[in-house]
Amino acid sequence: MTDEYEHFEAVVVGAGPGGAAAAATLAEQGVETLVLERGVDAGSKNVSGGLIYAEKSASYTIDSVFDGFREEASERPVSEYYIHNLAGGKVKTLDLSTIHHHDTEWCDAVLRRKMDSWLAERVHEKCSETGGGLLTDVRVNGLLREDGDIVGVTCDEIDPIRADVILAADGVNSELAREAGLMDWDDPDEWFQGVKAVVDMDPDAIDERFGVDPDDGVAHLFSGDLFEGVRGGGFLYTNEDSLSIGTVFHLDSLAERRAEPHELLDALLTHPLLDRWLDGEYEEREYAAKLVPDSKKAANPSPHRGRLLLVGDAAGQMQAQGPIIKGMNHAVTAGGLAAEAFIEARTRGDTDVAGDLYERKLVDEGVMAKLRPRRYRMTRRLSENRLATKVAGCLVDSLLGRTGMKLLDGVVERAFNSPFLLGMVPDTRTSYVTVPRVLGETLGERIEAENDIEPPDLADRIGGLTYDVGDPHIELLDESHEASGTAVTACPVSAEDFGGGCYRSETVERNGDTRQVVSLDTQPCVECGTCAVVADTHWEHPAGGNGVEFRDG
Amino acid sequence: MNTIVLTKGVPDFREGQVSFDEDGHLERGKTPTVMNPNDKHALRAALQTKVRHGGTVSLMSMGPPGYAEILREGMEDVYAEELYLLSDREMGAADTWATSMTISTGIEHLEEPPDLIFAGFKTADGETGHTGPQTEWCLSISDSLPDYPLISHVVAIDIDEDERVVRTKRLVEGDVSEIETVETELPAFIVADPEFEPTYRRAEYRLRHKELREETRTRAAEFGEYLDDDTDSDPTDWENFHMWGHEYLNLDPDFIGLDGSPTIVAGVDPIPKAPSEREATVVEADDGEGMENVFEELAPYAGGD
Ligand SMILES: Cc1cc2nc3c(=O)[nH]c(=O)nc-3n(C[C@H](O)[C@H](O)[C@H](O)COP(=O)(O)OP(=O)(O)OC[C@H]3O[C@@H](n4cnc5c(N)ncnc54)[C@H](O)[C@@H]3O)c2cc1C
Ligand code: SF4
Repeated sequence: MTDEYEHFEAVVVGAGPGGAAAAATLAEQGVETLVLERGVDAGSKNVSGGLIYAEKSASYTIDSVFDGFREEASERPVSEYYIHNLAGGKVKTLDLSTIHHHDTEWCDAVLRRKMDSWLAERVHEKCSETGGGLLTDVRVNGLLREDGDIVGVTCDEIDPIRADVILAADGVNSELAREAGLMDWDDPDEWFQGVKAVVDMDPDAIDERFGVDPDDGVAHLFSGDLFEGVRGGGFLYTNEDSLSIGTVFHLDSLAERRAEPHELLDALLTHPLLDRWLDGEYEEREYAAKLVPDSKKAANPSPHRGRLLLVGDAAGQMQAQGPIIKGMNHAVTAGGLAAEAFIEARTRGDTDVAGDLYERKLVDEGVMAKLRPRRYRMTRRLSENRLATKVAGCLVDSLLGRTGMKLLDGVVERAFNSPFLLGMVPDTRTSYVTVPRVLGETLGERIEAENDIEPPDLADRIGGLTYDVGDPHIELLDESHEASGTAVTACPVSAEDFGGGCYRSETVERNGDTRQVVSLDTQPCVECGTCAVVADTHWEHPAGGNGVEFRDG
Repeated sequence: MNTIVLTKGVPDFREGQVSFDEDGHLERGKTPTVMNPNDKHALRAALQTKVRHGGTVSLMSMGPPGYAEILREGMEDVYAEELYLLSDREMGAADTWATSMTISTGIEHLEEPPDLIFAGFKTADGETGHTGPQTEWCLSISDSLPDYPLISHVVAIDIDEDERVVRTKRLVEGDVSEIETVETELPAFIVADPEFEPTYRRAEYRLRHKELREETRTRAAEFGEYLDDDTDSDPTDWENFHMWGHEYLNLDPDFIGLDGSPTIVAGVDPIPKAPSEREATVVEADDGEGMENVFEELAPYAGGD
């Protein structure tokens, strides 16, 4: 028995793309690196849309760090990109290939279980050579401190570990970022909620219905009048033998409108437009959800404290560029830069400066400029003002606006394809709902098809997931409807009048008066993080290996 | 820290695997043989020892040559480096006594006496729980081996290598279950309880565990090739597999196998199927009246009265 804590030069928390890139980069430079991942397998906890981009301007891309990534870990390359503006049974389709290809070396669809577990094998191999490695089933539950300084991590399953640097790549709802005071989970305005279904489809059917070659794929985006006015949109990406269909909404809008995420997903799935691809068939493999940070508001400009460096979603480095979602690629770049910073600091003989070097690199390599565009910061104040939104909405909606759009057909497509303009698109109903709707109505073609597929209900969706249930990991601090009622609708596996979910509304009578309260059962939880923000909870991840296990992700 | 795990093949009692004849007797020939499930806990205990303290893990069994497959299974599922099968005709039909004699002699023939001997808690077919303790007794009368104090029902193990002490937690089940801490000097004989849980509280242990898992799968697959019916090679050609007969072990046939077994099985009573106490009525969903009756039957329970 030794009472001494173990020590590794670097501890990386989380084996998503950010953690994987960081660990591989460290290990290649001979840094003794230990990676800790809470899932039973890397990827078993992770969800993305997902299109992974390799940007030409990025200093690290997933295939520059991992040889053979595209051949072995991803699905179809995505070469075409469309957005469908839907309104009143009409659709106006815009080709967004220009913005999709802007600064893009390549872009592939991915499924996270396959991708992350492939990465994890490579990472383990590389780290083993340094005396470290990658461990699954281990949840880091806090920071090890000495005289107030961060010197390592504490875990549920193993004794505390000391390290010269701790890279927290533990994703959205990073417990480490929260503990270090680098991120709070208070403001719904800083998050999106993503919900996704993986749908079985024969590869030949995909080729035929989407008009793509067997080794090619396509992305379709959706916005307009189908989402009950909630700000956000839908996506459909082609995988090898499945489709990823999902939605991404601003969490504040979802909460405010008391919308049910699974119903919004169903609204997309059952929309007549989708008949051209689903053709009356629907076999859902997996239902999943997760929060997504909005870098414009959440990206921390100084994502480090002492020996702790935050990478990827944990640092809010998730860029929504109009309809294009770029989180994985930035996590990879940031992971590479954080590793590089530590290696440089080590060479200088002063590992404590790693954080400052990392912060500088994020700026010098242009990452921060993408995550928090200056244009957005400048226009935000004005354009997200409620009055301005109203005026703009009315204007677009007016006869003048409609005539304008007609005249501008073609220019609209160009505007959507401009990274400059997309960088300053305000988060208002005008951009997400009104413009697409008016586009659809004024310029759209009528959709003739009928779509009569029936997606599974929430009970079946929960029933289809794999869980290893342990102790409850979320504690409801305030059960009043005012404080936590929003979770009943916003939780993707709960709903009003549904008894099988996590959150339930209940009426209790006490001393003669009735009160609306909320109760929580974490058993069906998919660990999306929503209730950490919209309800009054003490929110943690389940212990290593416990909780939901995604097979596709 | 060298350890050996004792194991046995038993009929696969999992649902759907077992065949019974009309009288309710087990049909051995039609029921596949697998490694005694409880022995896996013993192997996990040995693996923990290997992970935390190094050394080798051996797996030993007595049985027909076909048991080589059981040993391979043990190797693949948990861990083992060397496999020993004590096997010949003279050893057949042994009771727990004759088995213990044979096994303890097998242990005597190992190159070095192991630091720890692990056994599982009773086999799924005999359910006696005797073999472990009896083997320990046989060892205690052996001239060539040190004493092996026996600790049974072990749920956790901690070894102090410098002091050569093993500290265990035992599950003592009575009216209330208790955990008892028992400590002894090495070498020792440990019977793992089905509740045994290995502990790996250090990252280095888990990394080593992961490495060994990969190593052991490769090794088991290699042995699997020797066992394959299609190959000409004999399992004993494989360097990590050792098959020893009574001559090699210098055992008198009168003291092993059927001849050496004092136990006489007087008879086996099939357990009769419990008569069903309730009557079942089948109601189709579209049978309106029938369904009404169902609801009437259920209503009192729903109301909670
Ligand atoms: C529906 C949806 C669609 C999306 N679409 C896209 C897209 O098309 N393109 C794109 O680029 N991005 C997309 N994203 C965003 C993208 O998924 C994330 O930005 C990306 O996964 C971030 O990577 P990361 O490495 O920072 O974190 P993650 O991939 O979340 O990895 C974090 C890892 O840390 C582990 N972990 C967490 N806490 C602990 C702990 N305490 N101890 C140990 N391990 C821990 C987790 O299990 C996980 O493996 C989408 C997200 C969603 C939800
Ligand atoms: S309980 Fe909270 S974390 Fe779990 S699925 Fe619901 S909203 Fe998400």
